[in-house]
Amino acid sequence: MWDQLADLYATYQSTIAFIGINSLLALSVYTTLSCGQLALGNAGFSAIGAYAAALLTMQAHWPFPLAILAAVLVPAAVAVPLGLPVLRIRGIFLAIATIGFGEVVRLGLVNWDYVNGAQGIVAIPQKTELWMIYLAVAAALFVLARLRGSKWGFALEAIREDEPAARTMGIATTRYKLAMLVLGAALAGLAGGFEAHFTFMVAPNGFGFGRVVDMLVFAVVGGSQIYWGPVVGAAFLTLLPEILRDVAPLVGIEPGPLRLMVNGLVLLAVILFLPNGMVSLPRRIAEWRAARVAARSAA
Amino acid sequence: MSPLLSLTGVERAFGGVRAVDGAGFAVAPGQVHGLIGPNGAGKTTVINLISGLLAPTAGSIQLGDRPIHGLPPWQVAALGVARTFQNIRLFPDLSARDNVLVGQHLRRSPSLAARMLMLPSARVEEREARERAAALLTRVGLSERVHEHARHLSYGEQRRVEIARALASTPRLLLLDEPTAGMNPVEVQAVAQLIRRVAAEGQSVLLVEHNVRLVMDVCDTITVLCFGKVIAEGAPRTVAEDPAVIAAYLGNPK
Repeated sequence: MWDQLADLYATYQSTIAFIGINSLLALSVYTTLSCGQLALGNAGFSAIGAYAAALLTMQAHWPFPLAILAAVLVPAAVAVPLGLPVLRIRGIFLAIATIGFGEVVRLGLVNWDYVNGAQGIVAIPQKTELWMIYLAVAAALFVLARLRGSKWGFALEAIREDEPAARTMGIATTRYKLAMLVLGAALAGLAGGFEAHFTFMVAPNGFGFGRVVDMLVFAVVGGSQIYWGPVVGAAFLTLLPEILRDVAPLVGIEPGPLRLMVNGLVLLAVILFLPNGMVSLPRRIAEWRAARVAARSAA
Repeated sequence: MSPLLSLTGVERAFGGVRAVDGAGFAVAPGQVHGLIGPNGAGKTTVINLISGLLAPTAGSIQLGDRPIHGLPPWQVAALGVARTFQNIRLFPDLSARDNVLVGQHLRRSPSLAARMLMLPSARVEEREARERAAALLTRVGLSERVHEHARHLSYGEQRRVEIARALASTPRLLLLDEPTAGMNPVEVQAVAQLIRRVAAEGQSVLLVEHNVRLVMDVCDTITVLCFGKVIAEGAPRTVAEDPAVIAAYLGNPK
């Protein structure tokens, strides 16, 4: 039995790693969503973390832990001057401005010869271990769990629900929004640093608009009202292609297009039937049951 | 005694409309000051100007000897001004108690490290904050509704949670924008008593209200606003008999 488990682990090691990396990315979008801000610059932050860490281990020969620390700190530092102006705008305008930031980062990397432009950096040493990724996920979840119900957690919820009212309670809303943007940038950068040292390579096109949409979909599908929702979404949507790979021959559709179709259907179903994400499924089932019982007794 | 709040020549224009047009009055410490006037007189705009949600286009607003016009709302709040809203603005998905906990934001100074490390000191601070919140809800007569989501409370109950949330920061000046709108007479009486008690404890109250009975009963001084200008000021009895006030509300007798 242990042999079988070891086989399973060897086969799915990369999937398990990406569940963790995608969880960090989903949480990086959740941080700003938790105070009602739709900021979508996280593919850019992730790219900055990935390139910073890769350059430091390969060119400067820094030890891996220090390079990972830089993958956290560099995007966090970039988030401050970005956030100060863009967090003055709200809603869809904030989303567009931050998507613009992500594209600037991607195009900057494409045109930067030192990092091989569009080809990216290859032959990065593989230094990321699974335990590091999951330790980081656990630490992020712990911090977010401890924020909930604290003075700062209530301030974030107040900003999400009614920002002007929150300001009249003495909450310096811009500081909170900036803190969450910086925390999100740090998590995205961390995920990028891990990914670069797991897949041997980084390229600008891995950090395009599609990537940040994936992160947002993880958070929305899992549930963005509670801190562990994004992790549920990331795990589910990372595992889904593995299952579909086996299903694809049976339905006669190529795995790639099938994955996109099913992802779209899952997103549609969640938005229509589970607006608070997969984590709200148990409660929704209880509500449906109660409604059916009520309807039957009325009839 | 020098006033706690004073407005001098305050003006606020929205495009061509001067909602507040050179208004000036002062609120003394520990007093209940009524601000009344016909619809569209600019009362809510004055509250928004004081609390920093709007900046005046001219004039000055002072809290003690400190000018506060142009400060962002959170800084005005930090100087000791709390408010309620005419169109209730509770945080609908938070419980009544959690709404009041948000109101305590300025009073609490817990340590982030203690919270993250789950130290007992953090737990004590949080328990005290929750107890204060529950006590405030008891004070406004909602001890039974502490854990109810704000969205599930009745209109009158929501108004009372807003008052508790505003009191949670122990403000020097409490701005109440039509606190009894939609309340039944029993609830109105309870709010009247609460306002008197708040003032008796030395906090000032600026009360915008349409319920004339309540204003006459509760206020020490009344300012009457009409088309953004102050047309009368004084004790409730004098203001009620002022011909300019009667004309503003009922029209000029021919």
